Amino acid sequence: MAGEPIMSEILRASGLYKSYKMGQSKIEVLRGLNLSVQSGRFIAIVGASGSGKSTLLHILGALDEPDAGSVEFEGKRLDKLGAGRLNQFRNKMVGFVFQFYHLLDELNVLENVMLPAMAQSGIVGWLKRRAGARKHAKSLLEQLGLSDRITHKPYQLSGGERQRVAIARALMNKPRLLLADEPTGNLDSETGNGILKILEELNGNGQTIVMVTHDEKNAHRAQRVIRLADGKIV
Amino acid sequence: MYKFILPLRYFLKRRITHLAAAAVALCVFIVVVVMTVMNGLVSEFKDKNHDFVGDCIVGTDSLVGFCYYEDFLSELQKHKFVQAASPVVKGFGLLTQPGTGQNIGVEIIGIEPVGFCEATKFAQTLYYHKDKPSDVFSPTYNPALAGCVVGIDMISGSRDGAGKYHHGPEPLQIELMIICFPLTARGALAKAGTDLVNSKTVYYSDDSHTGLVKVDARTIYLEFKLARELLGMAGATPRASAIHIKFAEGTRLKAGVGKIKKMWNDFAETYADRQYANLLKNVTVQSWLDYRRGSIAPMEKEQTMLILLFAMLGIITVFIIFVVFYMIISHKSKDIGILKSVGVSRIAVLQLFVVFAALVGTVGALTGAGAGCVFLAKINDMEDWLFERFGWQLWDRTVYAIGDIPNDIEWQVLAVIIGAAVLAALAGAFFPGLRGSSKQPVEVLQVSQL
Repeated sequence: MAGEPIMSEILRASGLYKSYKMGQSKIEVLRGLNLSVQSGRFIAIVGASGSGKSTLLHILGALDEPDAGSVEFEGKRLDKLGAGRLNQFRNKMVGFVFQFYHLLDELNVLENVMLPAMAQSGIVGWLKRRAGARKHAKSLLEQLGLSDRITHKPYQLSGGERQRVAIARALMNKPRLLLADEPTGNLDSETGNGILKILEELNGNGQTIVMVTHDEKNAHRAQRVIRLADGKIV
Repeated sequence: MYKFILPLRYFLKRRITHLAAAAVALCVFIVVVVMTVMNGLVSEFKDKNHDFVGDCIVGTDSLVGFCYYEDFLSELQKHKFVQAASPVVKGFGLLTQPGTGQNIGVEIIGIEPVGFCEATKFAQTLYYHKDKPSDVFSPTYNPALAGCVVGIDMISGSRDGAGKYHHGPEPLQIELMIICFPLTARGALAKAGTDLVNSKTVYYSDDSHTGLVKVDARTIYLEFKLARELLGMAGATPRASAIHIKFAEGTRLKAGVGKIKKMWNDFAETYADRQYANLLKNVTVQSWLDYRRGSIAPMEKEQTMLILLFAMLGIITVFIIFVVFYMIISHKSKDIGILKSVGVSRIAVLQLFVVFAALVGTVGALTGAGAGCVFLAKINDMEDWLFERFGWQLWDRTVYAIGDIPNDIEWQVLAVIIGAAVLAALAGAFFPGLRGSSKQPVEVLQVSQL
């Protein structure tokens, strides 16, 4: 379209197949799915329950492996990366936001947010980076309206606050890609709306976001909606 | 850093880990207390045996003894590594207290008090003559009388219910008669007919408390020449039963015994053509450990059995830790998934659980060791209190020849026990940790979302 900037492709999925064994039977979840994501875009993947949305997101974020097909991130195939490189990919390139927040109950808010930074360095490296990491984590929490919650534990937070902590954690290492799996699925509409607003603001600042949702209304908050049915994009 | 923060938080938050630490603490406590007491008893017992016989014994089990011991003594005294050497004669006889009708069989040991106290720690076992053993066979109530020293348990009523021995300010005036069968150098009875035995009236001068039950219950010590006369070992070729030797400080036991053995072999060869040289063939040279092996070995065997039992206890501890960590890690699947989703490697997840296990093991081991040390410090006070209140002792002191319950902690042993406990915790947690760290993030995160 005229006037639109040309965006580079950040993520490409080609011919993805994935199935699961349920007892004696085999359920095919993805059947030759192809997908391209441009940098800086906010994409929503929508589909019915069991359509393979979360499976797709996990494969895109290298949390799962396809039975066939490939995923390329900035031109590099994920299936060609060794275990160490995949860990680095998950730590630095991708941020994950889950439906159930998945915060560590034993860590406070600040520590949960700093977790990706802690994960990338050893003790000596962490001691050198700690001050900078704390500053950045506090800045993220301030942006998300959680400055007064940094010493709280997850059980002391509301659902919306927990999800905001999860978003801050996902952004800690300034990932190129943010993957959100039903980020509002466990929240009331008002709180969920707040979360979507945050995602919109992040995308406004250039963050590439792929969000999975079953809610059509939420999906239309994204720039592009992709429908998933019978294991393929329709 | 999360590898240290998370294990600490897991430990503080989850009560089941406290149970695991308590299991480790209990095992360590039991091992520390029992091993300290057992090691103390064995060590004390070995020391008592060592003190009783000196470092090295050149002797024979034959009641006939051996000749030319004085010449060998002269040889020994030429060497600097021999600090002291003293001959003894040994035999058996009947001990009677006139007027009581009591006859008991005793072992007779004839000693030269000064030399024997230099070669062994006999002086420390005496009561009235501890500081002047040279006069031990001169009763203080009448030094002209032939004195004797008896094993402390042979004095009736000397020990109270708590196992403590009591002495009067002066030795009791007790008359004793010793009757024995003297033997010739050929091993035959020295006397015949109605005059088969030698007998001598002696007078109680002191008692000896070696701490060795059989010795204290059935041994009488006489002046060397008197004993030799009674046992038929005097005469033209006087005999002795053994020479007790103390090595100079710095002489290693094995090396010292080796030298004495060589000296004896050379000596025996030199005297091979002398009269009664055949008796020299019955003589052995032994270290105190070998000489008293018959007494020491059963205790060492019990100690080994105890160590084996504790090894099994260690296996049970490992199993308890395994079960606890299996349960904990099963519940922590979500955490593993979260960590992996932010790029934590499988090895790092395993390290986290290893740190967790080390924390459980260390806290448990230090707690158990601390409690054990406190318990041991107070163990004798507790036993005294129990005896005063309820008449109960762990070991009945009227039966067992021990004083206080040994409670000296060997710090090297304690360090080994603590180290073993930590290793046991690591061993128990390893496989659950390995299993947990191997889970794919999507497995646990998908299940969590159900």
